[in-house]
Amino acid sequence: MQAEPLSLIFLNAAVVNNFVLALFLGICPFLGVSAKKETAWNMGLATMFVMLVSSAAAYGINWLLTELDLLFLRLICYIAVIASAVQLVEMFVKRFSPALFRSLGIFLPLITTNCAILGLALFQTSKEYDLVQSLVYALGAGAGFTLALMLMAGLREKLALARVPSVSQGAAMSLMLAGLLSLAFMGFAGLGGSHG
Amino acid sequence: MAELPNRQETLSLDTFMRGLWEENPVFVMLLGMCPVLAVTNTTINALAMGLATTFVLVCSSLLVSLLRDWIPKQVRIASYIVIIATFVTMVDYGIQAISLELYAALGAFIQLIVANCVILGRAEAYASKQRLHTTLVNSLGMGAGFTLALLSLGTVREVLGSGTLLGIPVFPADFQPWVVMILPPGGFFVLGAWLLLFNWLRLRKEHKARAQLEVSAHAS
Repeated sequence: MQAEPLSLIFLNAAVVNNFVLALFLGICPFLGVSAKKETAWNMGLATMFVMLVSSAAAYGINWLLTELDLLFLRLICYIAVIASAVQLVEMFVKRFSPALFRSLGIFLPLITTNCAILGLALFQTSKEYDLVQSLVYALGAGAGFTLALMLMAGLREKLALARVPSVSQGAAMSLMLAGLLSLAFMGFAGLGGSHG
Repeated sequence: MAELPNRQETLSLDTFMRGLWEENPVFVMLLGMCPVLAVTNTTINALAMGLATTFVLVCSSLLVSLLRDWIPKQVRIASYIVIIATFVTMVDYGIQAISLELYAALGAFIQLIVANCVILGRAEAYASKQRLHTTLVNSLGMGAGFTLALLSLGTVREVLGSGTLLGIPVFPADFQPWVVMILPPGGFFVLGAWLLLFNWLRLRKEHKARAQLEVSAHAS
């Protein structure tokens, strides 16, 4: 694991094991805020920022708890740190871009319960990445999340103009689309090594 | 939620059934989708995940309901999350002790129960306002509804994807399994298909009701 080059870590997190389409993390915001490209882009960036902050924090916490031999507290500490990071982003966005704050709405505080972020912290721990590797991993995961969100938003903007049978309107159609996207992403399998 | 703040619900069968059908967390409210899609490639995984989530849901709802007068409004979300994380840690170590094989199959998704919005949603929308016994019944219903949804995905995916049910072959030997069903895209497709089915049923019911109305209007 130690010898894994950084570019491979990035590629692995961004496309091969895309957090949304291959590992099923962060499905709620994926379905919730992917109606418009602009919102999707901003949501992706906010999530990536939280990912970077919590990834660095998780690395520190893991080191501290290992030193103190208190590993059973890991999960509680991780989620507490993520919640505070989200609060920070929320304050920041509210202060500098009220319009964006309104358009993200309920999904901004809900980044806390975005399992992609907690998943990221847990995966980097189980893969025993060092600080730089963790940050690159977080960057890749954030980029992958944004990519999936943008692709979905693009498809759904087209879909809004298409004639869809009335039974399949709404979530059912979005899920079918997500399935097709996921099929496409399977084509990347094997590019960056398997997920371990 | 339609409930008014501070209105205490009286206990009835509906308190339980609502979670199972009318307000099913997965099929109706579209909450907690990540584990629904990720760990339903076999029936047994789906069942284990459903039970683990139900346990956390019931325990944390009870504790939130007990402490509802002592938790200050400003820090309630953080308090709920800490309560939930405590129970998830318990489940995490519990499953490790019971079956290491199952633990490996479910992977990080046991710890990710913390981030399941069904649980936080229940704590915020129901348990923080209602009394202990209604909370118990309601969260049991929600847990059952969640488990039901996981199972309905898990069975379909296992039967089509590996040709078995609970590990027992159900098809003749020359059946070619649809491998895509146990891969990630299969999760999206099967959930989408279930939602299609429910939409179709709902539309048909509405259609029938309208037709009935017209018939009775003609008759009078």
